[in-house]
Amino acid sequence: MIDVLYFAWVRERIGVPRERVATTAATVAGLVAELVAREERYALAFSDLAGLRVALDQELASFDAPLAGVREVAFFPPMTGG
Amino acid sequence: MLRLQQAAFDPGAETTGFVARAGAAGAVVTFMGLVRDTGGTLACMEIEHYPGMTERAVAAMMDQARARWHLTAALVIHRHGRLNPGEAIMMVACAALHRAEAFAAAEFLMDYLKSRAPFWKKEIGVGGAEWVAARDADEAALGRW
Repeated sequence: MIDVLYFAWVRERIGVPRERVATTAATVAGLVAELVAREERYALAFSDLAGLRVALDQELASFDAPLAGVREVAFFPPMTGG
Repeated sequence: MLRLQQAAFDPGAETTGFVARAGAAGAVVTFMGLVRDTGGTLACMEIEHYPGMTERAVAAMMDQARARWHLTAALVIHRHGRLNPGEAIMMVACAALHRAEAFAAAEFLMDYLKSRAPFWKKEIGVGGAEWVAARDADEAALGRW
């Protein structure tokens, strides 16, 4: 089980800020594919991966990064701080 | 030093306090980012962040700045929650022996805060709400460092 967090419009499209997910995916992309297969709201949130960012245990990562040992995955749009 | 807070801050008091902690500095640069007042079309701005990652990401960029320039002090204040037009969103202060280092470090921190600190801005307008899109120019600005 891993914690999956969503921020900004990703959170709004999926409808929850975080959830516990049982996954067998080896990579972030694999996890995304599992989520997309669940329900339309996930498909809507993940329709354009180029417009999304991912963090693994609070460090920016890529969609082909492995999930082994990861406790927390976060999906969000490009950041707009400052 | 990093401060994340919902409450407004007093830029004058923060600057005075920062200078008092700046040690042997000969130069202090401060920058403030404000909620743009778009002439009545913006009701307020909501800023969301990723607690935990925000602190890590900003601490890492402040470490990088200190490794690159000889800073006697550095400060980042960033607000989250609901802000009104004209309010200060954030402030960066850098103190160094000479001004070139203080200016460079402040610009470096601003560029990284824009695109690498997990904050997201939503503009609540009179006609609806919209997430602020990241600008390509902000991403490109990281290339100069």
